[in-house]
Amino acid sequence: MIALSIFDLALAAILVIGLAALSWHLRIGLEQRLLVSAARTTVQLLLIGLVLKVLFDNAHWLWVSAMAAIMVTVAGREVMARQKRRFAGWWGFGLGTLSMFLSSFTVTVLALVVVIGNTPWYAPQYAIPLLGMILGNTMNGIALGLDRLTQDVAQHRPALEARLALGQAWREVIADSRREAIRVGMIPIINAMAAAGIVSLPGMMTGQILAGVPPVEAVKYQILVMFMIAAGTGFGTVAAITFGSRRLFDERHRLRLDRLIQPKDD
Amino acid sequence: MPELRLHAFQTHHVGPIELAVAAGECVCLRGASGSGKTLLLRAIADLDPHQGEAWLDGAACSQMPAPVWRRKVMLVAAESHWWAERVGTHFPSDYDPDRLRELDLTPDALHWEVTRCSTGERQRLALLLEEPTGNLDPDTTAAVERLLDDYRTRNEAPMLWVSHDTSQIQRVADRGFVLEDGALRETS
Repeated sequence: MIALSIFDLALAAILVIGLAALSWHLRIGLEQRLLVSAARTTVQLLLIGLVLKVLFDNAHWLWVSAMAAIMVTVAGREVMARQKRRFAGWWGFGLGTLSMFLSSFTVTVLALVVVIGNTPWYAPQYAIPLLGMILGNTMNGIALGLDRLTQDVAQHRPALEARLALGQAWREVIADSRREAIRVGMIPIINAMAAAGIVSLPGMMTGQILAGVPPVEAVKYQILVMFMIAAGTGFGTVAAITFGSRRLFDERHRLRLDRLIQPKDD
Repeated sequence: MPELRLHAFQTHHVGPIELAVAAGECVCLRGASGSGKTLLLRAIADLDPHQGEAWLDGAACSQMPAPVWRRKVMLVAAESHWWAERVGTHFPSDYDPDRLRELDLTPDALHWEVTRCSTGERQRLALLLEEPTGNLDPDTTAAVERLLDDYRTRNEAPMLWVSHDTSQIQRVADRGFVLEDGALRETS
């Protein structure tokens, strides 16, 4: 594989700077955010490159699990930050984080132990990238699904309470919103699988091919990753929406919107 | 005999309230906006957290599952809400369409789409009534009053009726109360 020099990267950076200049010229107002996020990409990726180098040199399970713990915590914060009406208190963070932990970790460990069968199974070259890809997609699914669930419930509160007042149980009342939220969380990965190879060449596969891996080998890995992502996203979204639906009602089948933090703009 | 009884009943800024509505009795409730009439009815239907206890026919609310309580102590909110496309979906499967005639509706109404119904046609029958005739014309108001009166006497149902219309209160109420500063005051 051809190694990139600083000069090569600087050349690519000129393109981004050119885009920023265009944004400034057209008064789009995105130049500052564009440059800041480009700088963040550079710093964050260089840092993670260093971290991974250290991690690969010290393939101890403690370091690998510490890294995994940091990744799931950051993903949990991200899920929370993307909610318009998130759950109050620890639930806001815990709901998404726990669901991601349950699904992403299980799926990743399954892939590492049963499918790939490397020794040791937690070898960071495999564990960290796999977990990263599954976690990133599961995070999206859970964030979308939870946001849809809480918005839906807040919007349809009168109808939901009318059904409760008629003596329907909370499970019956929430069923439609719940189904819709899970659908919304799972659609992106279903679409990604449907379009893979025809519309889009997935990043991991492209990267492997660039690194000189035979295309068919890269494709097999990509298929494995796609399935793992689908499973992680699906089970994670179902878990998060299920916990979330339960939390929206108390033991007396009351709709408890006071357990959500109201958005500031209304 | 089904009797609705509240003891040390408290929700938000309303209460503590002591109230007994006898079987077949209609108690009317009046009060300024924001006095908590809606909150009180919601709490009796156990839709809001509350302190104290409510009994129907000697059975305590906290001793039965909430959906069972709400099927017995039914709240009819001022605004009715539809959740499905067709009117009929909202009714139990064994509902007799002919009963709609009592409200001057045709049995076909069950197959209407919800958007076809004016708000006047959206009211239904129950025990905790929040201005049940609020948006109705005088003729339909009379029909609803007849229907509720018939239901009450036939089932000996206790009825708690929130209304702003003093002439309606005189027509339907056995007793009347005003909700003021979180407390009930009996009116003659």
